[in-house]
Amino acid sequence: MTDINAFIDEKVKSNDVFLFMKGSPDFPQCGFSGQVVQILNYLGVDYQSANVLESQELREGVKAYTNWPTIPQLYIKGEFVGGADIVREMFQAGELQAHFEQAGIPVKQQA
Amino acid sequence: MSVRDAIVEKLSAKFEPTHLEVTDESHKHRGHGGWREGGETHFRVRIGAASLANLSRLARHRAVMEAVDAELKAGVHALAIEIVPPAGPIEAEILNPQQR
Repeated sequence: MTDINAFIDEKVKSNDVFLFMKGSPDFPQCGFSGQVVQILNYLGVDYQSANVLESQELREGVKAYTNWPTIPQLYIKGEFVGGADIVREMFQAGELQAHFEQAGIPVKQQA
Repeated sequence: MSVRDAIVEKLSAKFEPTHLEVTDESHKHRGHGGWREGGETHFRVRIGAASLANLSRLARHRAVMEAVDAELKAGVHALAIEIVPPAGPIEAEILNPQQR
């Protein structure tokens, strides 16, 4: 496993909810990343994030790690959940809230 | 061939969709990350196909992205994907009469 792979692996496995995004939760630099941040904030779940714009190696590494060509990417308990479209679809269907609860992650807002 | 046409052709060949809309939305992302002069960077796909219906949400999106992998690697920056239920044979004929 390369260094960047080990770094990504450690991030997604040591944090219950982890988001690879462009920019930061306070200042998303892409509309799709911003949508996922809004949903997570609305649900009030605790999450950590990494800004792929800070490192080309991380940006390419995340795509390879997940075998998914776009950013953002949301991980819950080390498992890839999806990008912006899937997260939004799941949120709208109430499946994202259920997914968090099944994983034992507190959700403050009931949609 | 435009990038849009290439995406339509590849998705049509792989999935034989009953519903397919591919929209170039690059103009909506003018000045944003990944946008460049000339567009063809941001696309939206609405697709309905029997071959996608039984896959998980993640697998469906993955299948669509894999079909246009070459385009994603060659400069398509964003691909929004919406999967719609496949149409039955009658609806399919109404939507795509030319495919009869």
